Amino acid sequence: MDPECSRLLPALCAVLVDPRQPVADDTCLEKLLDWFKTVTEAGPSLLLLQENPCLVELLFRVLKAHDPRPRVLSFSLRLAGLFAAQEDCFQYLQGELLPMLFGESGPLGGAAWTAPTVRSGWLQGLRSLAQHPGALRFLADCGAVDTIFSLQGDSSLFVASAAGQLLVHILALAMRGPAEGHPSPQGCDWPACAQKIVCHVEDSLRSTATLQVTQALNVLTTTFGHCHSPWTQGLWVRLSPLVACLLEKDPIPASHSLVDLLLSVARSPVGSSDCGLWETLAQTLSHLSPTQAGPLALGILKLQDCPQALKTQAFGVLLQPLACVLKAAAQAPGPPGFPEGATGDSITVDTFLSSKSACVGLLCQALAHLELLQLLPQRPSPWPQAPLLRAAVAILRFCHGSAAPTSDVGGHLCAVLAGCVRVQRAALDFLGTLSQGTGPQELVTQVFAVLLEYLTSPDSSPMVLKKAFQATLRWLLGSPKAPSCCDLDPHTQLFLGELLPVLRKRLCSPCWEARDSGLEFLTQVTRHWGGQAAFRHALLASEVPELTGQLLRDPESYVRASAVTATGQLSSWGLYATPTGPEHPEVQQESLFTELLHILSTDSEGFPRRAVMHVFTQWLKDGHADVAEDLEQFVARVLQAASQDLDWEVRAQGLELALVFLEQLLGQPGSRCPYAVALPEAAPPATLAQVLQALCRVQLFEFALRALFDCDRPVAQKSCDLLLFLKAKATPCGGPQEAGASPDVVSVEAALQRWQAGEQGQPLGELEPEAVMAVLRSMDLEGLRGMLAKSSDHMEKSPQSLLQDMLATVGVLGENEADCY
Amino acid sequence: MLDCGLDMTSTLNFLPLPLVQNPRLSNLPGWSLKDGNAFLDKELKECSGHVFVDSVPEFCLPETELIDLSTVDVILISNYHCMMALPYITEHTGFTGTVYATEPTVQIGRLLMEELVNFIERVPKAQSASLWKNKDTQRLLPSPLKDAVEVSTWRRCYTMQEVNSALSKIQLVGYSQKIELFGAVQVTPLSSGYALGSSNWIIQSHYEKVSYVSGSSLLTTHPQPMDQASLKNSDVLILTGLTQIPTANPDGMVGEFCSNLALTVRNGGNVLVPCYPSGVIYDLLECLYQYIDSAGLSSIPFYFISPVANSSLEFSQIFAEWLCHNKQTKVYLPEPPFPHAELIQTNKLKHYPSIHGDFSNDFRQPCVVFTGHPSLRFGDVVHFMELWGKSSLNTVIFTEPDFSYLEALAPYQPLAMKCIYCPIDTRLNFIQVSKLLKEVQPLHVVCPEQYTQPPPAQSHRVDLMIDCQPPAMSYRRAEVLALPFRRRYEKIEIMPELADSLVPMEIKPGISLATVSAVLHTKDNKHVLQPPPRPAQPTGGKKRKRPSDDIPDCKVLKPLLSGSIPVEQFVQTLEKHGFSDIKVEDTAKGHIVLLQEAETLIQIEEDSTHIICDNDEVLRVRLRDLVLKFLQKF
Repeated sequence: MDPECSRLLPALCAVLVDPRQPVADDTCLEKLLDWFKTVTEAGPSLLLLQENPCLVELLFRVLKAHDPRPRVLSFSLRLAGLFAAQEDCFQYLQGELLPMLFGESGPLGGAAWTAPTVRSGWLQGLRSLAQHPGALRFLADCGAVDTIFSLQGDSSLFVASAAGQLLVHILALAMRGPAEGHPSPQGCDWPACAQKIVCHVEDSLRSTATLQVTQALNVLTTTFGHCHSPWTQGLWVRLSPLVACLLEKDPIPASHSLVDLLLSVARSPVGSSDCGLWETLAQTLSHLSPTQAGPLALGILKLQDCPQALKTQAFGVLLQPLACVLKAAAQAPGPPGFPEGATGDSITVDTFLSSKSACVGLLCQALAHLELLQLLPQRPSPWPQAPLLRAAVAILRFCHGSAAPTSDVGGHLCAVLAGCVRVQRAALDFLGTLSQGTGPQELVTQVFAVLLEYLTSPDSSPMVLKKAFQATLRWLLGSPKAPSCCDLDPHTQLFLGELLPVLRKRLCSPCWEARDSGLEFLTQVTRHWGGQAAFRHALLASEVPELTGQLLRDPESYVRASAVTATGQLSSWGLYATPTGPEHPEVQQESLFTELLHILSTDSEGFPRRAVMHVFTQWLKDGHADVAEDLEQFVARVLQAASQDLDWEVRAQGLELALVFLEQLLGQPGSRCPYAVALPEAAPPATLAQVLQALCRVQLFEFALRALFDCDRPVAQKSCDLLLFLKAKATPCGGPQEAGASPDVVSVEAALQRWQAGEQGQPLGELEPEAVMAVLRSMDLEGLRGMLAKSSDHMEKSPQSLLQDMLATVGVLGENEADCY
Repeated sequence: MLDCGLDMTSTLNFLPLPLVQNPRLSNLPGWSLKDGNAFLDKELKECSGHVFVDSVPEFCLPETELIDLSTVDVILISNYHCMMALPYITEHTGFTGTVYATEPTVQIGRLLMEELVNFIERVPKAQSASLWKNKDTQRLLPSPLKDAVEVSTWRRCYTMQEVNSALSKIQLVGYSQKIELFGAVQVTPLSSGYALGSSNWIIQSHYEKVSYVSGSSLLTTHPQPMDQASLKNSDVLILTGLTQIPTANPDGMVGEFCSNLALTVRNGGNVLVPCYPSGVIYDLLECLYQYIDSAGLSSIPFYFISPVANSSLEFSQIFAEWLCHNKQTKVYLPEPPFPHAELIQTNKLKHYPSIHGDFSNDFRQPCVVFTGHPSLRFGDVVHFMELWGKSSLNTVIFTEPDFSYLEALAPYQPLAMKCIYCPIDTRLNFIQVSKLLKEVQPLHVVCPEQYTQPPPAQSHRVDLMIDCQPPAMSYRRAEVLALPFRRRYEKIEIMPELADSLVPMEIKPGISLATVSAVLHTKDNKHVLQPPPRPAQPTGGKKRKRPSDDIPDCKVLKPLLSGSIPVEQFVQTLEKHGFSDIKVEDTAKGHIVLLQEAETLIQIEEDSTHIICDNDEVLRVRLRDLVLKFLQKF
C-alpha cells in the first residue's frame, strides 16, 4: 500500500466509527472497497492487516458500537470478507472477529439487521470469504447456511438474489474438494454442506408454494449456468425427477423459472449427455401455454446439438400463432403452409380469443422470436419463407382493417388488431427481416402492396410509418436486378412509380416525424441506387428533390439535419435540383454549398450543423465534382465556419475534414502493410512545400492549433493526432537548419501560450510554412497526446485522492477550515 | 323533441345554382323516358350519365306523420348543425312550445341558416319542379331519384323572416343550468366537446335519469371538453351523433389535408375547400397557421368566402367561456383565442362575403379558398368548381363528412381537377364510445340500429359497432320504442309548520313513524303537504254556508297500531284472564284462536285481526284490549 495512504488510513477509520461524523456516501465506500479489493488481490492481506492495525480495530469498533450505522456495518462486513478470502488471513481473523461479524452473535440478531444494506453486506462478505475449505467449516459452525436459506425469500430483491447466488457459490466450493468427480446421485458421498443445500433445494421443489419453487429453480439455473464440473451431472440426475413432477401440476408453478432452468441445463455439458432432458423439454413444450412456451421454443432452437424432432416441435410452437392467423385469414383453403406441428391448435386459438392483451402479446412475442431466429445460422431448415411472408402480410392487413376474413376467429382478430400499433411495429420489423430471403413473385407483390398501404395510410402512426419505410427499404434493396442489364427489375420500377408520390406527400406532412422518416428513407435509397438509371429517372420526375431542398428550412431541427444529409446524398449523385432549372447545374451546386454553409454558420441547433459537416467531409472524400473545382476555397470556408462553432462535435468533424484534406495531399497515414509496394514515407520536398503553402492558405494550421487547446478533450485529441501525422510526414525533409527560431516563431509561440491560457480571441495572423513546422517540431505533441489519452479525472481517481476527499468532507484534514468567503 | 336536424342530402339530386350565367349547366340535355316521352325534360337534366332536377334545391324535413308537432312542448338542441330544420317546425306546424339551446349554438346556427338562405335567395330560380315527384312518375326515374324517400314532403328553403321568428322562440341556457319542465322533469345541458356551445342533455326526475348524448367529441379541439362525469348513473343513455366515418382518424386526415394542399399549391395549382362557415374550419386554420411556414407556403393567400365569414371569425373569438382551457387562458393575456386573428392581421387570411366586390380585386393565384356549401349545389363553391374544374393542377379537398363527395361531384363531370377526400369528423368513434360507456355505466343504452351492426360495406369489421352490456336497444326510422324504466315514485314536499307538528316515534332503530293529517296540494307536477285548515269558528250569522266552504271533517284520530301478536303468549294472557278451553288453529294466512266456551273466534292474520263474537260488546272490548296490549300505538 502506498505510504501516503497508510498514513491517512487511521484517520479515515476513526471517522468511519465516529457516530458524530457524517457517513461518507455509498459511492465513496464502494470506491474504498474496490481499492481494498485491488490491494488484497495484489498482495498478502495478513501483512496488510499487520501493517495497518487500524483496520482490524475498525472492524472491532464497528461491532462494539452501540448503534452501528447500517452503511458502515455493511462496509465492514464486506471488508472483512475481502480480507478473509486468503486462508492465512482467514485464520488470523477467525478466532474472534469473524464469528462476531457473521455468527449469530453478530449483526444477525441486532436491530441493524432490518436494514437491507446490512443483510446484503453480510451476504457479500460471506461470498468473498468463501474461497477455501476452512471457510466451509466456518459456515457450518456458525450456521450461516440456514440464514442464507431464509434470506432467499427476503423482501429486498437484491438480498434475495445475492442469497441464491451465494448458495450456488457454496455448493460449488463444497463440491470442489474431495468430491470432485462423479458423485453418486444418491448423495451419500456428497460433502455435508453440499448435501444440506441440495436437500433444501429438493424440499423447495416439492413445496406447494410457488415462491419456494421459484427460488429453488433459480438456484439450479445459476448452478448449471456457472458450474460445468462433472458433479453437476449427478446433481441433475438426482433432481430431474422432481423437476419433471412440476410439469404434472396444473397450472405449472414458476413456469418462467422452469424454462430458464431447462435451457440452462440444456446449454451445460449435462445437456449433451442426458437423453432424458430432451424428453423433459418436449414434455414441457407441450404442457406450457403458448405464451410461456415461446421463450423455451426459441431457446431450444438456439441450441447447437439438439434432436431434430425436438427442434421441429419447438419451431412448431413458434409458428403456431402465425398459422392461426393464416387460417383465420384464409378465404379458401390455400397452398400448403407451415410444416406439420404448426397448424394453429385450439389452445393458441383460445389464447387469441381470450382477451385483446393476450392476443396482442402472443403475436408480438411470436414475431419477435421468429425475427431473432431468422438471423441465426442454426435457424431451422427448410425455412418456411413463403407462409411466413403470407402470415406477416395477413397480420398487417388485419391491423389495417383491410383484411376480409370469413371465419369467426378472423372476425375476432380483425376487431382486436385493427389499429394496434404494437403489432404493426412488430410485424413490420419481421417483414423487413424476411427480406433477406426470397419468395414467389406473387407474394413479393403482396408485400409491396401492403407496405404501400401503410406508407399511404393517413392512420399510420409516426413510428409505424418509420418502420414501414425501413421495411420497404430492405425489400427494395433486396429485390433482384433485371437479368439483361444492371438496372432495376420491372416490378421494382413499377413500385417506385407508386412509391415516390407517397414519399412526396410524406415530405409535406405536418407531422415532423413523418417528414424525417421520409428523408431518411430517401437518403438510404439514394445511397444505394443513385447510379441506377431507372431510379434516377423516376426521382428526377417526382419533385422529391425540390421538396427535400425546401426542408432545409424546416422549423424542426431533426428534419433540417435529415434534409441536409439527404440533399448531400442527392447532390453526390447529381440528383439535387433547385427551382433554377436543370440547365445550370453549376449554379445549383454552388447554391447548395452556399445554403449548407449558411446552415453551418447560422443554424441555432447542433444537429443540422453536424449533418452539414458530415456531408462536406463526404463530398471531400468522394471528390465531389464541384468541391474539386476549387478545393482550397471549399476547405477554407468550411474550416472557418467550423472553427467558430460552439458544438464540439462540429469542431471535431472539422478536424476530420481537415484530415481527409491532408490525406489527399500527403497520402494515407499509417499505410504500413508489409506486403504493399513500398511507398516513400514522406512526400517529395518540392510537393511538401506546396502542400504546406496550401495548408497555410486554407488556414488549416490555425484551425488545428486552436483545436489543440480546445476545452473539449476529443477535439484536442483529434487535433493532436492530425498534427502528429503532419509532423511525421514533414519531418524527413526538414533539415536541422530550419529548426532555429525565425522571427515568426516567437510570435506564433506567444500566441499559442495565450491560447493555452484560455485567451483564444487573438488570431495567429499570416503564417509561413517554415514557422509552422518549426513550432510543430518544438512542441511535445507525443507528450500532449499521452496527457490527453488519460481521462480528465485521472488525478482524482487515485486512492490517495479518495481518502483525502473522504477526510476533507468531514474536515479532518483541516484544509477547508478557513472560510473561503 | 330532441334536436331537429335538416337532411340536406336531398339537394344532391338537384343541379347546382351557378352565381353567374353558366352555359354548360343551362345547355344540359333534358331527360326523357325510355319510350321517348319527354314531358319531364324541363324538370330533369342529364349530365354525364346522371339525372338531376333543374329547380330550386329542396330539403327533406323531419318526420311529421308520426307525431303532431303542435303537441310538442319543448325542443332541446344539441349543436348548431342539429337545428337547421327549426324554422319549418316553429313556423309551419302549430308549434307553441319552447326551444332550449346555448348561446353559441343559437348564434352560429343563425349564421348557418343565414348563409343557406343567402346562397339560395341570391340566385333566384323561376322554375320549381314538381311533376317528377308524382309517385307514378318517380317510379320510372333512374336512381337515385327513384329511391328518394318522402319526396312529397321536400320543401324549399325557408326565408330570413322565418329564421328570425324561429330563433326568437329559443330560450338560452348555459352548461349545467337546471331547467324545470312543468315540474315533471329537469333538463340540463352539458358540454359535449364537439363544437362551440354543443351540448348533451340530462333529463331527470327525482328518481330517474335519462341522458341524451349527441354529437360529442373526446378529442382536444377548440370547444370546452366533454363533461362525462355528469352522465354517470343514468337509467337510460340515448346515444346518437357518432362519427360518420369511423375508419378515418381526424389527425391522419388533417395530415392528408395539409400534404395535399401543399403539393397542389407548390405546383401552381389552387385548392378549394368546400366547408361550413363554422366548426372544423377553425381547427383547419389553426393547423395551417402552424404548417404554412414549415411548408414554405407563407406567401400563398388563403381566402374564406361566405356571407357570414366575418361574423363567424369574430364570433369564435368572443365565446371565451365556451372554449377549451388553453384558449380560455389566452383571453386573460389578453390574446385572441384563435390564431386566425393573426392570419388576418398579417393578410395571410382574407375573408369576403362573396366573390363579387373586393374579392375580385384582391384575387391572386395560386391560392386556397374555403367556401360553402359542402354539397356543391349552391354558394360560391359552385363558381370555383366551374372555374378550376378544368385544370388538373387544381385540387378540391372535401373535409365535411355530411355528403358523399362522389355524389357532390356528379354534376361537374367530366372533371380534370384532383379530388381528395379527407373527412374530418371529430365525433366519437366506436372505441371511444366503448370507453365512455364503461366509464359512465348506464343501465340501458338506446341507439340507432346502424350502430349495432358493422357498416354494410365492411361486414367483417365487428370493431365498428357498439359493444356494451347489456346489448344496446336499437331503433329504426318511425319505430316507437318504450324506454326500459317505469316511474314508481314521486317526491312530496312537506310544509315546515306541518313538519313541526309531527311527533315521530321510533319503531325500529333508525326508523321513526309519525301520523300526518294534511292536505295534499298538487300543481304543475309538484306535490306539497300543507297543514289542514282549522275548523271554522261558528260565526253565529245566518248567512248560508256555501258548499265550497266545507271543511274536511277532522275527527279525533284513533291511534295507529303496529307490531305482531305472538300467539302463544296471547293464549297465555287469555288464560290468565280467565278464558279456558282455548284452541288454536293454523290457517294459510295466520291463526285462529277459538274460545269455545265463549263461542268466540279471534282471527289473527298478518295485516288484520278480527274478533268475532255474538253481540257481546263487553267481551269484544275486553278481548280487544288484550290484543292491543301486544301492539304498539302511535
